[in-house]
Amino acid sequence: MASVSTGSTNDGRKMDLLRFATAGSVDDGKSTLIGRLLLDSKAIFEDQLAAVEATSSAKGHDYTDLSLLTDGLRSEREQGITIDVAYRYFATPKRKFIIADTPGHVQYTRNMVTGASTADLGLVLVDARHGMTEQSRRHAVLLSLLRVPHLVLAINKMDLVDYSQEIYDQIAADFTQFATKLNVPDLEVIPISALQGDNVVERSENMKWYSGPTLMHHLENVHVASDRDLVDVRFPVQYVVRPKSDEHHDYRGYAGQVAGGVLRPGDEVVVLPSGMTSRIAGIDLFDREIGEAFPPMSVTVRLEDDVDVSRGDMLARVNNAPKPSQDIDAMICWMTTNPLRPRQKLAIKHTTRSARALVKDVQYRLDVNTLHRDSATKELGLNEIGRIQLRTTVPLLVDPYSKNRTTGSFILIDEATGVTVGAGMINTAS
Amino acid sequence: MTQTHPDYRLSQLDQLEAESIHIFREVAAEFEKPVLMFSGGKDSIVMMRLAEKAFYPAKIPFPVLQVDTGYDFPEVLQTRDNWVSRLGVKLIVASVEDAIKNGIVVDDGKTSRNRLQIGTLLNALEEGGFTAAFGGGRRDEEKARAKERVYSHRDEFGQWDPKNQRPELWSLYNGRLHEGEHMRIFPISNWTELDIWDYIGREGIEIPSIYFSHQRRVFQRDGMLLTESDYNPLRNGEVAEERTVRFRTVGDLTLTGCVESTASTVQEIIEEVAIARVTERGATRGDDRFSEAAMEDRKKEGYF
Repeated sequence: MASVSTGSTNDGRKMDLLRFATAGSVDDGKSTLIGRLLLDSKAIFEDQLAAVEATSSAKGHDYTDLSLLTDGLRSEREQGITIDVAYRYFATPKRKFIIADTPGHVQYTRNMVTGASTADLGLVLVDARHGMTEQSRRHAVLLSLLRVPHLVLAINKMDLVDYSQEIYDQIAADFTQFATKLNVPDLEVIPISALQGDNVVERSENMKWYSGPTLMHHLENVHVASDRDLVDVRFPVQYVVRPKSDEHHDYRGYAGQVAGGVLRPGDEVVVLPSGMTSRIAGIDLFDREIGEAFPPMSVTVRLEDDVDVSRGDMLARVNNAPKPSQDIDAMICWMTTNPLRPRQKLAIKHTTRSARALVKDVQYRLDVNTLHRDSATKELGLNEIGRIQLRTTVPLLVDPYSKNRTTGSFILIDEATGVTVGAGMINTAS
Repeated sequence: MTQTHPDYRLSQLDQLEAESIHIFREVAAEFEKPVLMFSGGKDSIVMMRLAEKAFYPAKIPFPVLQVDTGYDFPEVLQTRDNWVSRLGVKLIVASVEDAIKNGIVVDDGKTSRNRLQIGTLLNALEEGGFTAAFGGGRRDEEKARAKERVYSHRDEFGQWDPKNQRPELWSLYNGRLHEGEHMRIFPISNWTELDIWDYIGREGIEIPSIYFSHQRRVFQRDGMLLTESDYNPLRNGEVAEERTVRFRTVGDLTLTGCVESTASTVQEIIEEVAIARVTERGATRGDDRFSEAAMEDRKKEGYF
């Protein structure tokens, strides 16, 4: 027997997926918390734990430093900090989790923005002894700017404040008040001790006054399905499938990932930016024809008419389509040392469309600690966030980021170095 | 026509599949000359399946490249050939033996074939003029991989610079390259070992038989069970005996250990993996054991 066909067994374990981003510094116990989630959900293997135990004792620690599980690169271990986004995986019978673990310090804002861009939930960690800090406020601001729909404030190290309810109440009140200035649709405040395990997976015996969920219970049960836009059809065309084989001689399909709404065969659609209309003849998922396609499915759409459609175009509904626009107003997170300035020219990638963009104006810089808008400065430095106006060489098919995180986002690329230098979230287009 | 999702929710496996297919299409649309790295192992087979789905009913619009260590399991090569002929894709074999003969890499008798693959691979990419190479790396495998991007930029020397990676946001991938540079693409970055098995089970696709329980003559070396073979002469004190085993990873057979197992179906493997207490690399890959930073170092040199 050289090889075997496995024969279809089942449809996989039917589980949901939750992507969440963590923010906080080593001091807040973030790595310890992640280590605890991985350990308690049995995502840590013996050889990984053995390596960490060996390193811990070589460093002279008398405890197992769980943060070593997540600090992956040698340079990070040497400096004892997390310098990049690390992705971690664990699963419970209910859900699979992808953690984007990001460093908390201000000089790593770009990493946090990166981790938050794909997150359904943001986890902000504070030290119960210190309460809200400039850093925790900044994390909340960034998560809200990136429109992460669910926010959890984990008040850690409750063991060091005698599991005090007063301290929990005070920090929760401070944070809730601050959050009213932000866009936080869903907030949960959970008192924990990552080191002792209180309210992480197991309910704490030390905080009987707390009646809310444990962190793991919340992660397993927070409702994320309704976060997607199932109303406004947006289908950016990625690739035109033309087999040109005898069997599929006339096949012409438009492949892409649904960014919004539900597409069905028979629906009338408009092709942007041309404005031509047609009807959906069929939707293919590999060798099957399906009755509906919705986010984030990757499908191939066939149209009834022979209209001209290519990569970078978008299918939408006739009476519900983004307006093709060359003037973009957006919030930008700047990610490189050379500052962003007016008159600068950059490459821009938005959905499947690439173009060039001219920075027309830097309107203000946002102080992410105080939310103050500084309009005196006309440039943005590394890790700074501000509002800018762009003019693009070709029309982009945009929505406000608040409406759709896929059609409302873009990246800016330095044309000389090829490096991604900016992350943009669209306010409006005209 | 089927209506499979009355509640508009996708299972995690469907979400992972959709993300990976998006990546395959993005690369095919934006890169001049992509190539898929195909080892015949389970991860690269899942990649083949995803690529098949991404472009169906058209053929996969790029060739597949295999680095032949000369020490590959025959069962794996057979599976490779079956996949290649079923999908009608072009197969390019870059042989470590040939690379040694041509002086591209030097076999000093101490360096593992896995390590000699680096030079062989880089040479094959350069000769083929490939600008993007799909690899089956997963972020759950190892700490250095956990920080690697889906689009992993390599300089003219094929090196990875972990401190200077491009930020990767939303599903917007930046494929810009300078002359001589290339991109390693990891479409299954977010899959775990268990996801791979779930998917193989669900799709009912062909994988090499050595993943399933079988009788094999094996011997102990460095705490691993290695296969008896002409390439792998027994050293002093080593004794080969027949055991019931299976492989969790497939690679250079002189270095790839097997585990004792009676799992003979995908379902039994899933059950075994779900309760496994050692990572697949830690258990069975001699090449990752040399130092804690072994993978990081090899990646910097140009390894996958």
